[in-house]
Amino acid sequence: MKMEKKLVIPGDFLSDDVKLADEGTYVEDGKVFSSVFGIVSINKQIRVVPLSGKYIPKRDDIVIGIVTEVSFSNWIVDIRSPYEGLLHISEFPRRIDNADMSKYLKVGESIMTLVSDVDETMKVELTLNDQRLRQITEGRVIEITPSKVPRVIGKNGSMIGMLKNETGCNIFIAQNGRVWLTGKDKNIDLAVRTIQKIEDESHISGLTERIVKFLKEEKGIPAKKQVKKTEEDKSGGILDELLDK
Amino acid sequence: MAKPEKLIENGIRLDGRKPDELRPIKIKVGVLNRADGSCYFEFGGNKVIAAVYGPREVHPRHMQKSTSAVVRYKYNMASFSVEDRKRPGPDRRSIEVSKVSREALEPVIFQEYFPRSAIDIFVEVLQADAGTRTAGINAASIALADAGIPMKSLVSACAVGKVDDTLVLDLNKDEDNYGQADMPIAMTPDGRITLLQMDGHLSSDEFKEGLEMAKKGCLEIAQLQRAALLEKYTSQIVGDSNE
Repeated sequence: MKMEKKLVIPGDFLSDDVKLADEGTYVEDGKVFSSVFGIVSINKQIRVVPLSGKYIPKRDDIVIGIVTEVSFSNWIVDIRSPYEGLLHISEFPRRIDNADMSKYLKVGESIMTLVSDVDETMKVELTLNDQRLRQITEGRVIEITPSKVPRVIGKNGSMIGMLKNETGCNIFIAQNGRVWLTGKDKNIDLAVRTIQKIEDESHISGLTERIVKFLKEEKGIPAKKQVKKTEEDKSGGILDELLDK
Repeated sequence: MAKPEKLIENGIRLDGRKPDELRPIKIKVGVLNRADGSCYFEFGGNKVIAAVYGPREVHPRHMQKSTSAVVRYKYNMASFSVEDRKRPGPDRRSIEVSKVSREALEPVIFQEYFPRSAIDIFVEVLQADAGTRTAGINAASIALADAGIPMKSLVSACAVGKVDDTLVLDLNKDEDNYGQADMPIAMTPDGRITLLQMDGHLSSDEFKEGLEMAKKGCLEIAQLQRAALLEKYTSQIVGDSNE
């Protein structure tokens, strides 16, 4: 099963079994073809993960948005997609008056928000009524390719868990490819560089090992090889603990 | 250049090609940072650059379709792309080329995936040497794939024509100017034709033969397009191991 990391272009033949067709594919004459330029992944279903592309909002996604306009009863939010998000005043955690809307949320401010509904005309409704959601008032937000979000998170959050541990930052990755980092400035710098490396190399196998090595090189002081080793053991320990949770 | 006596001598064309040979092609994917997808394409003396943006919001608003994306294609020749300076801006020819090129690509794009949005394609001709519309379509289809836009397949295009009563593939400037016919064709790798124009005269037998030649040419181009796309990502692997 070394088929997993195969690059395909639109129109490439994938399978004769129509039932296997999943995202990034299309069916014609009883055959499955790739519809995007990306990497094939086969487990139960055949999917093609695109290497680029815009974020298309889906219900229940958590996204990071930037307020672009305050209208009579809605905040209009840029969610990095072809479609703007609408946050209605009633979806704000507290009851506020129309006139006070821009007191609570101004144009240019960022929010972590949940896609509550998307209809067939791609009207996107957002909400802030959820425990997990908040306004972004500190730290830094960077952008990555939305289709690479799963790679940065890793299997069961392994990659993100390691990143958080190694850099000491708090990191949140939104489905629309915006990443929110909080922590010490220097640590954020390191995390940003690492995330960029993950993004650039997500299609090459052996990613996790390379990232571990990269982080160690970036952090490590060459004279303290011994220290680095213990650090390595320790980080593994913390990672295991995290995964156990 | 004045009309040469003969455009084909002993089965060899003015630029040394055989009648069924394409001009050299050079492709580079992802050359523009601000575009969602881009491609630089060299087709003999033609140098074109294609940029794709989107799907994105439609401006002006009234152009948007409620059930599918709109595809917009803008073909533009740089004022320095031809021998005598071209007056910049859209003219009748470039509007026509934009229209037919858009229609050559629309059938392969899954437009219904992105209602109320726009996919913008810009093709700039930096240097022209006959066959810029085919070069533009080739470049644009790679740029679309690079932008991650879902498509049925790539589109490849090349021209056939007739010079000195012989059918030739991929005409160059002189063959285009002094030849008897020029027929640009765009198609998908499985042989579905999305563009076919003809300037000049061909008999129906010549037309059929020419079509077959163009099909072969397009398949050859499709191979190069695929190789260029894959290279964008495999070259990074090589780059890493050198570090």
